[in-house]
Amino acid sequence: MMPNRCSAAGLALSVSVALAVVSGSAMSDGPVAPNDIKVENLEIANSVSGASGDAAEGRKVFANRKQGNCLACHANSEMSEQLFHGEVGPTLDGAGSRWTEGQLRTIVVNAKAVFTENTVMPGFYSLDVGADVRESLIGKTILTAQQVEDVVAYLTTLK
Amino acid sequence: MHRVFEKTNVALTSLLLVAIVGTANAGGPVDEKLIIDGELEMITRTAAPEGHPLDEVISGWHYRTPETRALEADSFQNPGMLGVELGEEYWNKVEGTEGKSCASCHNDAASSMVGVGASYPKWHAPTSRPINVELQINQCRVNNMGAEEYAFDKSGQKPLTAYIKHQSYGKPVKLDLEEGDMKAWWEKGKELYYKRTGQLNLSCASCHEKNNGKYIRADHLSQGNVNGFPTYRLKQAGLISTHNRFRGCIRDTRAEFPKAFSDELMALELYVTWRGTGLSVETPGVRQ
Repeated sequence: MMPNRCSAAGLALSVSVALAVVSGSAMSDGPVAPNDIKVENLEIANSVSGASGDAAEGRKVFANRKQGNCLACHANSEMSEQLFHGEVGPTLDGAGSRWTEGQLRTIVVNAKAVFTENTVMPGFYSLDVGADVRESLIGKTILTAQQVEDVVAYLTTLK
Repeated sequence: MHRVFEKTNVALTSLLLVAIVGTANAGGPVDEKLIIDGELEMITRTAAPEGHPLDEVISGWHYRTPETRALEADSFQNPGMLGVELGEEYWNKVEGTEGKSCASCHNDAASSMVGVGASYPKWHAPTSRPINVELQINQCRVNNMGAEEYAFDKSGQKPLTAYIKHQSYGKPVKLDLEEGDMKAWWEKGKELYYKRTGQLNLSCASCHEKNNGKYIRADHLSQGNVNGFPTYRLKQAGLISTHNRFRGCIRDTRAEFPKAFSDELMALELYVTWRGTGLSVETPGVRQ
């Protein structure tokens, strides 16, 4: 392609090729299985789904009682339109400033990797679960890898 | 802002607290006394027995809303009393091949059953396990009345259990752990209390020992004592048995749950009842 004829389409093509090279090395393809996730220095550096998170979706997962149900235990001023915020865990106001994205990802995936076995917080993308798991849920995680990424993206906005 | 629906002075207090601490809720047990009909003072807070992980044992009544607490304090308004009255009918109902009712042998429950409900579960030598009031009723039905056992939560089981426990209204819970193998069952119950179950990976202790007094969403976590059972639950609009509640809690951890009256749940009932040692029997309690 001639430099003076560099079209918008050509630019878009080269950017997406560059992105594919980056994501190819950093994110591999598709979600990482819960047992294959590596935690280093309390952080999970890369997306567990292989894609980036959507904060708006994450906000929905956070509130949904059948998904994250995070308000059961945590207060969150950003969600003040919802009644009844729990107080079992700390408030999440400012969570995006207190923790790095990689740390937030670890806490959502398996809080016990950060807060030890003593925490009552469930691991939302972990198979390190309790005894006698309901038969239909054996081998399944509370959230999907993409839902974890969406929630993490939302949490990073809580400054 | 949360819980502004709470009425009267508590609403004002909550508003003030919310104003001070932002979004935090006003948790913890209320500092009030439960006096039934202005006459019978219940023991709702007492020093924990030796070996108990908490310093003070507190009735679930202290964790409920002012409206729910008021319902229990007035025996005429307590909706669980209808179940107790129904239980009295079962007490006098002749059933089975022997042509007997409970009253045929035990006469007036108001004298023969005083304090009985406060001492269960107790050791039952013939079956070599602890039994609760429900199982004792079934023993009597089969062995003395020639009648069928009540199935779990069916027929007269809940009302009759509530009626018998109600004869100990106000009496402190006290188990005899010296009988038979009660101590071994107590140990087994303790193990189950701390066993984390289900996809959510929670034990009884996760909520009722570590976090009692705090809100989990709209629900105010209590110590999980069973001195008011069978208790009237507003959510379900009826009397709820201890094993029904155990199963509900375990189910909520997303686990398979044991059968009613199984060894697991009998051990758990024994241990959890012991954790409420010294609290008055409140049957029928009123809860959320």
